Amino acid sequence: MQALVIAAHGSHLNPDASDPTYAHADTVRETGAFDEVREAFWKEEPHFREVIRTLESDEVFVVPLFISEGYFTEQVIPRELRLEDWDPEKWESDGTDASQVTLEATDVGKTIHYCGPVGTHDAMTDVIVQRAESITEDPEVGEGFGLAVVGHGTERNENSAKAVEYHTERIREQDRFDEVKALFMDEEPEVDDVTDFFETDDIVVVPLFIADGYHTQEDIPEDVGLTEDYRLGWNVPAEVEGHRIWYAGAVGTEGLMADVILERAADAGADLGDAIERVRAATAVGTDEVRRETEPGTGAGD
Amino acid sequence: MTVAESADLEPLLAAAAEEGEVAFDGLRLERADDEYALETSETDRTGLDEAALRDALEPLEAYVSNWRYWQHEIGGDGTARRAFLRWCERAPIADAERIDHRSLDEPTLDVPERYDALADGIDREWGQLCITTRFVDVERPNGERVYDLWHVDDAGSDLADLEVYDDPRDARALATEDEDGRYRPLKTAPTLRSGWAFTGLSGRGLVDAVEFFYPATVANWHRELRDELDVDHWLETAERQSGIYDVIDELPREAVDWMAEACCVDSQCLRRREWQYEEGDELDVDGGDGPFPCREPCSLVVAAARKWTILESEEERTYELELTTTELNQLSALIDAVAEGRTDEIREADVHDGANRYRARYLRAKRFDDEGGIEATEQNSE
Repeated sequence: MQALVIAAHGSHLNPDASDPTYAHADTVRETGAFDEVREAFWKEEPHFREVIRTLESDEVFVVPLFISEGYFTEQVIPRELRLEDWDPEKWESDGTDASQVTLEATDVGKTIHYCGPVGTHDAMTDVIVQRAESITEDPEVGEGFGLAVVGHGTERNENSAKAVEYHTERIREQDRFDEVKALFMDEEPEVDDVTDFFETDDIVVVPLFIADGYHTQEDIPEDVGLTEDYRLGWNVPAEVEGHRIWYAGAVGTEGLMADVILERAADAGADLGDAIERVRAATAVGTDEVRRETEPGTGAGD
Repeated sequence: MTVAESADLEPLLAAAAEEGEVAFDGLRLERADDEYALETSETDRTGLDEAALRDALEPLEAYVSNWRYWQHEIGGDGTARRAFLRWCERAPIADAERIDHRSLDEPTLDVPERYDALADGIDREWGQLCITTRFVDVERPNGERVYDLWHVDDAGSDLADLEVYDDPRDARALATEDEDGRYRPLKTAPTLRSGWAFTGLSGRGLVDAVEFFYPATVANWHRELRDELDVDHWLETAERQSGIYDVIDELPREAVDWMAEACCVDSQCLRRREWQYEEGDELDVDGGDGPFPCREPCSLVVAAARKWTILESEEERTYELELTTTELNQLSALIDAVAEGRTDEIREADVHDGANRYRARYLRAKRFDDEGGIEATEQNSE
């Protein structure tokens, strides 16, 4: 038997924080690729600390639903899962290369394939592009459009910016959008000045965040100038200084994220059959069933 | 339905042929040299050929279908899921028989007793959940059980008055908000809303739904039943924290008692607190009465402990402020009303209650300064 655990942050204050985790877990459940699929959280239940013991499977694939390698993926999750012999060096990553490492959870004696975060997987690049497609409702979007990939950015974790820059570069290489830029909330170049960085009339702004919350539903819309007060809402697209801004909300709410979770597990050796192909087909832009479940929520994050 | 008509007998005979003996829930069937020995609490036969065995099993149909249900349908030998489903119908639980556990205070039932009871449904309570195990077909029971699940407050309600669900995942949404629409970050808070029911769940579906309502409670209960619960006491959990929670191991010993009294009692959480300050140093506060244990401080307690660690690191000071005796008493009433969550229950015109909103507004208007703080002068400590 094999199980999948999707490890996410969650929130004590806001139920929307766990919505994408539940939505992607359900998409994976429906493929039947795993005998068991479980959501686990730092701030909600089941907590990382107790999730493995709720599983009957001996092979467990743990995929962190986080954007970057850093404090949570390198310290908190492995510690709370009681992964024996964990050391960040085992990922042999310089910030965006973590794939997986096989360890034992000491309290349950099960084999744990601890995967890198979803945010740094190559398949994440496709999710960012699909986010642009779904917000413009145009599967061909690209020509005449600029794309801004927005990260939090922080001095405490240089990997946070690396993930954003990594995908930005990969999308730029696809030569699909006229311009592609990495922008940040807390470091240069800042998302407040988004229109300064683009010559295109249309700019799609995709925040590289897992869940909608304070940053994606309050901070960024006001900083970018989409609205004076987030409580009044904003239009998509919205006119800002002569540009049309297509603001997408957190990329983590896009249905195709379930594919990245499966890719991580597949890289770690999970037997998935044709689950990846089926998830890609089911989460393609224009598939109403999946879109409905992953509509972004609103409200303050924790 | 007779044994001969049911599909249960052939797998039983095959299992006896393969393993030489089947022994389960009071039924023992042994096969040697094409002869069978059959034993239950009412039966003890040996030297039966197959035809005689079929006749002998005829009045024992319950044992046969019970064996099939548990061994073929539920399976999962040694799992928490199986133990929980056994508990739901008051069947003996493997490995738990020698343990004196509060969830096992009702005597177990043997197969004939259970079959009688399952016709009416066997009820169990798990926190605020009520679980009924019953036969799918009461008239002609074939061993097939299904499970109904609802809020204990709805035990007397008509099913037609409840929202009925059949997908265990719907439990996630039901557990998200309380009756007043407030978010419930703590799944085991005694604030689960009522008015819903799951009917006709399979065994696996029931356990999934219970786990969505109360995550990890079944696994930890099962560990406790086997005397294998791994408790992490306060100090171990506190010392493990990093980042902004790194400080919480500095929370003074007596404050951990206050914290448990604030957060970890039955009125706030249905898990029974088994963790103490550290091994051999028990907290004064009662851990609660629930069937499922709490094996270490949860993330809410850890988050709150940070606040209290910072608070407890502050020096105590002496302030002088002007209050009448009634106003001083009113401060107690206000704090008590918030701590007990009864501010919503205080009637608009009940000005006898110190936590009445008009009384609170009057106190603020009279005694608070322009910044919204109480007017007080710090006394010079020298």
